[in-house]
Amino acid sequence: MTPLLTLEGVAAGYGDGSVITGVDLQIDRGDFVGIVGPSGSGKSTLLRVLLGSVPASAGRLERPGGTRLGYVPQVEQIDWDFPVTVAQCVLMSRVRGRLLPWASKAEKADVARVLDRLGIGELAGRHIRALSGGQQQRVFLARALLAEPDLLLLDEPTSGVDVRTRHEILHLLGELHDGGLGIVLTTHDLNGIAAHLPRLVCLNKEVIGAGAPHEVLVPSVLEATYGSPMEVLEHGGMRVVVDVPSEAQIIQLRDRSA
Amino acid sequence: MITLDELLRPFEFQFFQNGLVVATVAGALCGLIGVYVVLRSMSYIGHGLSHAIFGGFAVSALAGVNVFLGAGLWGLASALAVSSVTRRRPIGSDAAIGVITTASFAFGLAVLQLGGGADVDADAALFGNVLGVTRGDVWIVSGVTLFAIAVIVLRYRSLLFVTFDPEVAEASGVKVARIDALLMLVLAASILATMNVMGVTLIAAALVVPAVVARMVTSSFSTMLWLSTLIGAVCGFVGMNLSYHLDVASGPTIVLVGGALFVGALAVTGVRGRTRLAGVDAH
Repeated sequence: MTPLLTLEGVAAGYGDGSVITGVDLQIDRGDFVGIVGPSGSGKSTLLRVLLGSVPASAGRLERPGGTRLGYVPQVEQIDWDFPVTVAQCVLMSRVRGRLLPWASKAEKADVARVLDRLGIGELAGRHIRALSGGQQQRVFLARALLAEPDLLLLDEPTSGVDVRTRHEILHLLGELHDGGLGIVLTTHDLNGIAAHLPRLVCLNKEVIGAGAPHEVLVPSVLEATYGSPMEVLEHGGMRVVVDVPSEAQIIQLRDRSA
Repeated sequence: MITLDELLRPFEFQFFQNGLVVATVAGALCGLIGVYVVLRSMSYIGHGLSHAIFGGFAVSALAGVNVFLGAGLWGLASALAVSSVTRRRPIGSDAAIGVITTASFAFGLAVLQLGGGADVDADAALFGNVLGVTRGDVWIVSGVTLFAIAVIVLRYRSLLFVTFDPEVAEASGVKVARIDALLMLVLAASILATMNVMGVTLIAAALVVPAVVARMVTSSFSTMLWLSTLIGAVCGFVGMNLSYHLDVASGPTIVLVGGALFVGALAVTGVRGRTRLAGVDAH
């Protein structure tokens, strides 16, 4: 099977410096990959390299011609006051193929279908700000899906949402993956998201470890990734990552609370 | 109390008919382009570009070169200078615009004084003047407006995508740099075409005010586009009539009509406007 994306020794960043270096990664059709790492580790930069919006300054990135990518940005990057309704926002991804500004009947039907699929069909006429966190994520997911991508890239899809919404988003992504869609996402949430994914990449400027959760959610890889000791417990067949504060940190916290 | 006859009297004059057509069409043009200027936070670029163009206007007027060509090339050179300074030095684009375009404006004023530009109607270029509008201006403003409409209709989807989310637009195959250049071209052509009636010092307001008023009353992009165009046209029409009757330059009266509409919209939609922004009443 031809990989959708292949990175070999890729370095990338903004300006003169590199945020990520020496990244080797292969994404195959139907993969479901989570990129984890601390803040500033280069997760979003790696995602942008995969997307093509940040060029690789070194190494090789290979993407077969015709591979279609869908991208769901972080909700913090969205201008929620921008005057667009849900349907107008979703239709943006149909930027090619029709010159006229207004949507054709077929396009309207496609937008309605993808919104219905994601359970927000009744919100088509709403302004994007007038939605809950989960609904907002679904709108941008719908925009990406309307382009019928082979691979979906999501930047922190569960950042700032409550537990129930996080479950809904994870469930939704699972359904899309079951339908054959490749998915790569970044996340801070090791227990709520990463532990449920079939494949993880631990990143801190470079790839520290990659593989199934039971292979990479281990103390040695996590400590190398996050630079602080962590324990991994087993609970109901799942791996649960627990911070292990140092003795000095515990004493400091006790002193503060006293 | 002004009578109907007095209100209609200026319509008998050819210069006023020209001025009214140009002001109305120019207002609509500024309102249309202003939507993108406001939503892309380019207000300061519009302000700077119009000031920079004055330098080119002064030089070409004194040199006897076609003003639209000279001022247009000058505006292009200023935009490139801003871009170059911003890219190579640790200076923000707002500071670069402030320095280069204001220097260009000052250069234009100095050149007119030193060069004996008594024959050059600098006041018309600075503040707009109904008397300065010719039949040629009617054609130029109409042509630029048709060009702007064509660009916006044919590139509607790309422009909307780039305005809202340039990174994803680029990843989706939109040539963002090309769309940005196209928008700057339309903006520069609009400023040049409306310079005589609006005045370079007030064009920025004519670009921004209609779009801001439209944004206050709608949360739909397509509605904002036509509403801002309509508001701009109304400002131009009413402002030009006021200019004649009050004997004040056309630029200030057009902008003041826009300012009054802004205050009115704020008063009427104050709370409701905020609700709309929150999207509850959006459509």
